[in-house]
Amino acid sequence: MSILRVENLTKTYASGGSNLTVLHGVNFTLEPGDTFAIVGPSGSGKTTLLGLCAGLDRATSGSVYLNDIRLDTLSEDQRAAIRNQHVGFIFQNFQLLPTLTALENVMVPLELRGERGAQKNAQALLDRVGLGQRGHHYPTQLSGGEQQRVSLARAFANRPKLLFADEPTGNLDADTSATVVDLLFELNREAGTTLVLVTHDLELAARTQRIVRVKGGTVVSDTQERKSERVIERANGE
Amino acid sequence: MKFSWLFRMAWRDSRRSRQRLLLFMSAIVLGIAALVAINSFGDNLALSIDDQARELLGADLTLSWNRPPTRKTQQLAKTMGRDRAYEVSFASLVSIPKTGGVRLAQVKGLTGNFPYYGTWEVQPASAVQTFRQASGRVALVDDALLVQLGAQPGDSVRLGNLSFLIAGRVTKTPGQAAIAATVAPTVFVPNQFLANTGLLQRGSRVNYKYYYQFAPGTDVDKYVRTISGRLDKDGVNYDTVSERKKQTGRSFADLTKYLSLVAFVALLLGCVGVASAVQLYVKEKIASVAILRTLGASGRQALLIYLLQTALMGLIGATVGALVGSAVQLVLPRVFGDFLPVTVQTTLSGPAILGGIGTGLLISVLFALLPLLAIRNVSPLRALRNSYEDDLSGRDPLRWAVYLLIIGFIVGFAYLQTRNLMLAVGFTGGLAVAFGILTLLGLGLIALVRRFFPSSWSYVWRQSLANLYRPNNQTLILVTAIGLGAFLIATLYLTQGLLLGRVQLSGSGKQPNMVLFDIQNEQIAGVRALVKQQKLPILQEVPIVTMRLNDINGKTSSESKPPRPDQPADTVRADSTRRPPSWAFTREYRVTYRDTLISSEKIAAGKGPYQENGAIYISMEKDYMERMHVKLGDTLNFNVQGAPIPTIVGGTREVDWSRVQTNFLIVFPSGVLEQAPQFRVLMTRVPDNQTSAVLQRGLVSQFPNVSAIDLGLILKTVDEILDQISFVIRFMALFSILTGLLVLASSVVISKYQRLRESVLLRTLGASRNQILRITALEYGLLGLLAALSGILLSVAGTWALARFVFEVAYQPDVVPLFVIASVVTVLTVVIGVFNSREVLVRPPLDVLRGDV
Ligand SMILES: Nc1ncnc2c1ncn2[C@@H]1O[C@H](COP(=O)(O)OP(=O)(O)OP(=O)(O)O)[C@@H](O)[C@H]1O
Ligand SMILES: [Mg+2]
Repeated sequence: MSILRVENLTKTYASGGSNLTVLHGVNFTLEPGDTFAIVGPSGSGKTTLLGLCAGLDRATSGSVYLNDIRLDTLSEDQRAAIRNQHVGFIFQNFQLLPTLTALENVMVPLELRGERGAQKNAQALLDRVGLGQRGHHYPTQLSGGEQQRVSLARAFANRPKLLFADEPTGNLDADTSATVVDLLFELNREAGTTLVLVTHDLELAARTQRIVRVKGGTVVSDTQERKSERVIERANGE
Repeated sequence: MKFSWLFRMAWRDSRRSRQRLLLFMSAIVLGIAALVAINSFGDNLALSIDDQARELLGADLTLSWNRPPTRKTQQLAKTMGRDRAYEVSFASLVSIPKTGGVRLAQVKGLTGNFPYYGTWEVQPASAVQTFRQASGRVALVDDALLVQLGAQPGDSVRLGNLSFLIAGRVTKTPGQAAIAATVAPTVFVPNQFLANTGLLQRGSRVNYKYYYQFAPGTDVDKYVRTISGRLDKDGVNYDTVSERKKQTGRSFADLTKYLSLVAFVALLLGCVGVASAVQLYVKEKIASVAILRTLGASGRQALLIYLLQTALMGLIGATVGALVGSAVQLVLPRVFGDFLPVTVQTTLSGPAILGGIGTGLLISVLFALLPLLAIRNVSPLRALRNSYEDDLSGRDPLRWAVYLLIIGFIVGFAYLQTRNLMLAVGFTGGLAVAFGILTLLGLGLIALVRRFFPSSWSYVWRQSLANLYRPNNQTLILVTAIGLGAFLIATLYLTQGLLLGRVQLSGSGKQPNMVLFDIQNEQIAGVRALVKQQKLPILQEVPIVTMRLNDINGKTSSESKPPRPDQPADTVRADSTRRPPSWAFTREYRVTYRDTLISSEKIAAGKGPYQENGAIYISMEKDYMERMHVKLGDTLNFNVQGAPIPTIVGGTREVDWSRVQTNFLIVFPSGVLEQAPQFRVLMTRVPDNQTSAVLQRGLVSQFPNVSAIDLGLILKTVDEILDQISFVIRFMALFSILTGLLVLASSVVISKYQRLRESVLLRTLGASRNQILRITALEYGLLGLLAALSGILLSVAGTWALARFVFEVAYQPDVVPLFVIASVVTVLTVVIGVFNSREVLVRPPLDVLRGDV
C-alpha cells in the first residue's frame, strides 16, 4: 500500500488570456516511511507539486492518492479533514499563527481533532524541540530558528503519516539550519513519518532516501528509477 | 462541531486585537444608546400616562359641545356624576390696563371644583381656593400670557366690559402640555361673571364643557356606553379617562417610534462602519486563516472563529450602548420638556434594553458577516504563496443572501416601529437612496482624483491625494458616514429655515398681517373707521354666515345609515362608501358669499358659485367634498338660523390653505345670504408692534367682542415651537453625527495599521515628521470636506424638492450656516484623523521590521 501516489499530474494556470502549464504529467509513488526530496530550479513547479500532493489545490488533470484516498474528488472541507488526520506542514516562512502563543500554536491540530490532553502533548513536543520554557511567547517574540522549531513541533503534533516541508531552512542561517534539519530527521525517524521535502539545498536533499529533480514542470530524474535502472543494468550485465 | 474549541480560538485570537475590535464595535454604541434611550423613554412615558391618566383629564368624564344639545341631554349633563364642574370657553382679546398690553387669549369661565384629579399648579397656591369661592372678580392667568403682557398677580386683566383681579399665575393645568399654554394661553375666570363681559355674543365660537367626578369604583366606560348613542346624535363630544389615555398614549407612542427610526439610522451608520472595519480586519487575518486551513480547519470553522469574535464584541458594544442609553433617557424628559402632558418617571425599561441589545447584536453581526463571508473561501495555498489571489475574487451568492437579510431586517424594524408597511419600505428605500448617492459621490471623487491626478503638484499633495484611491482607502466609508451626518444636520437647518421663511414671507410685503374677526354687522362701520383712523389699509373684508346642514339629497344622517342586511354584498359596499359621515350633519359651517374666486383658489371642476333660474349653485372645497362623499349636482339643504336654504353643488375649488387669506370650505353666490345674520372678518396690515397695540386697545375698549390675530405674534410663537422641535431633532441628529465621528475614529485607527508600515518606511527614507503630518492632515481634510459637501449637497437638493413640490415656494438656501457646518465637519475630521495617526510619528521603525504592528 502506497502512502502517496501521483498519476499523470498536470497543472495549468490561466492568466490573462494565455495558459501557463506548470506541471506536465508528473508520476511517482511513495511508500510509508520514505524520505523524499523534490529539487529543481526556481519556477520549475516544486511548490505547485507540493501543494497538489497535500491537497491544498486542485490539479488540471491527473490525480493524487493520499493514503489511498483520491483527493481530487473531495471537497475542500473534506480535504481539510484529511490534512488534519494524516498530514503535517513545515513552511519556509514558518507560518505560525501570530495571535497565538507557541504552545497554543502546537495545540491547534490536536484541538481541531478534539483530542483530550492537547496541552500536555503540545508541551511535551515543545520540550522535545527544546522550547519547553518558551511556550507562553508569541511568534514575534521568537527568533526565526525558534519559530521553525515551534512549527516542527506543530507539524508532528497530530502524528501525521505524511509531512510536507517547503524550503524549511530557506529563511535560516547555516548553523540554525543544521539544528532544525537534525531535529526534523530525528522526529521523522522516531515517528516513522513519510517526509516530502522541497529544497534548493542539495546537501539537505542528499539526506533523503530518494531525490526527484523537476525542471520546467516535468520530472527529469528520479534516484529511485536510477537505482532500479542500475539494478536492471546490473542484471543485464551479468 | 467542536464549539468549545471555536470559542477558545476566538478568544485567544482576539487577545492581541481586542482593543481594535472594541473600537470597531464602539461605532454601534451610540446608535444603540439612542435607540434604547428613546424606547425606554417611550415605555416610561406610556407607564406615566397610565399612572396619571386621570390627571390628564382632570376628571372621570367630560362632555362638551359647541351647539346646545336637546333639553333632555342638557338635563342629563346637569345631573350626572357625584360632582361636576362647568366650563365655558372662547377666544377673545384680553388686555392689561396697567401696561396697555393686548393679546388674543382663550377665556375659560369655570364653576365647580375643577380639577378633580391632579394639581393645578398656581402661584400662590391659595389662589385656587380664592378662585373657587368665586366671591369676587378674580382670574387665574397662564404664565405665558403674564410674561407676554408684562403683568403680575395683583394687576388686573380686562375681558370685554369687566376687569378681573389676577389672583394667581398658572404654571400647569392638568392634562395640558406647557407648549399648549404658549400657543393659546388661557385666562380662567369664575363663570358667573362671563355674561356681564359682553363677550358671549352671536358669532363667537363658544365651547361648553362639563367635568365629572363619579363615586370611586364606578365603571365610567360602561356607563358612557349606555348613553353614547344619544350623545353622538346630539353632537356632544365625550372623553373618558381610558379614551384620553389611549389617545395621549398613541400620539406619544408615534412620536417616540419615529424618533427611534432616527436612532436606528445612527445605528445603521455605525454598522456600515463596523462592516468596513471588519473588512480590513479580515484582510489582515487571511494569512492566519490559510494556516488554519492547512492544519485542517474547515472553512466554516474558520468563519465561525471570527464571527464569534465580532459577535462577542457586538454584544459588548450593544450592552455598553444600552447602558449609555439608559443613562441618556434620564435627560430625555427635559429635552421634550414642554411637550409632555405628564411627569415622566424614569426607570430602567427591560424590554427597551433587551430589544436594543438584540437589535444591535443582530444588525452588527449581519453587517460584519458581509466581509467575514470571504473567510470561507480563503485557500490554504496562501500559506505556500503570498501572492495567491484567486480565492477571494469570485462573487459569493451568500453575500446576496446577507444583503437581503439586512434589507429585510431594516424593513422589519421600521415596520415594527411604525406599523406601516409603506412607510417602512419608504424608509428603507430613502436610506438606500441616501447611501447610494453618497457612495456614488465617493466613487466619483476617487475616479476624478485618478483621472486628473495633478502630477506636477508638490510631494505632500500628491501623496495625500493618492491616499484617497489607493488600496485599503477609507474614502467610501468616510464619505458615506460623515456625509450622512452632515446631511442630517444641514437638512435640519434648511427645513427649519424654510418653515420660518414661509411664515415670514406671509408676514411681509403687502400681505395682510392682522385679522379682525367676529365683527357684527352693526359694528362694521365703526371698526372700519377705527382702522382708517390709524391710517391702515383695509385689505380684505369678508362676510361670514354660520349654518348647519340639514340633509344631502333629501337624506339626513340617520336615513343614510347602513343598508339592510338582505341587500347583495356589492351594493352594501357601494352604498356604505357613499354615505356621508355623521359629523357632516353635526358640525357648524362658516360660509361666505361672493361671485368670484380669490387668488388662493383654483377651479377643480364645474364652475364658481352662481345662481340660475332661482337655483343656488355653491362651490365646495375639493378635499372636503371627497370626505363628505358628495358629487357635483348633489342637493345640499342648509339651515340658516331656522331658515332652510336648498343648494346644488355647482363646482369644486382647490384651495391653498397656507396663504394668509380667509378661506372657506363652502362659498355661496352673492344675492342669497345678504340678509342672514352674519359677522365679518377684516384684514389689514400693521407696520409695527406699536400700531398693532394701539389698534387692539381701541378694539378692546370700543368693540370688546371683536378679536384680533396678530401674525407677528404667531410668527414668534411658531419660531418658539420650531426651536423646541428642532432641539429635539438636533438632539437625535447629534447621535448620528457622533456615530459618524466614531466611525471616522475607528476607520482612521484601522487604516493607521495599514499605513504605519509605509509611514515608517517613508521616515526611514528621509521624510520628516512634518511632511508625514501634513500628508495625513491634507488627506483627512480632503475627505472631510468632500463628505461634508456631499451631505450638504444632498440636503440642499432634498430641501429644494420640499420647497418646490410641497410648499411651492421659491427657495434660497442660507449659505452661511452651511458654510459653518462644512468647516466644522472638515476640521473635526482632520483633528480626529491626525490625533489617531500620531502613533505613526512616534513609533520606532524597528517595530515594523519585527512585524509587531
Ligand atoms: N496562481 C498562479 N498563476 C499563474 N502562474 C502561477 C501561479 N502560481 C504559480 N505560477 C507559476 O508557476 C510556476 C511554478 O511556480 P512554483 O511556485 O511551483 O515554483 P517553485 O519551483 O516552487 O519555485 P521556487 O523555487 O522559486 O519556490 C512559476 O512560473 C509561477 O510563476
Ligand atoms: Mg517554491
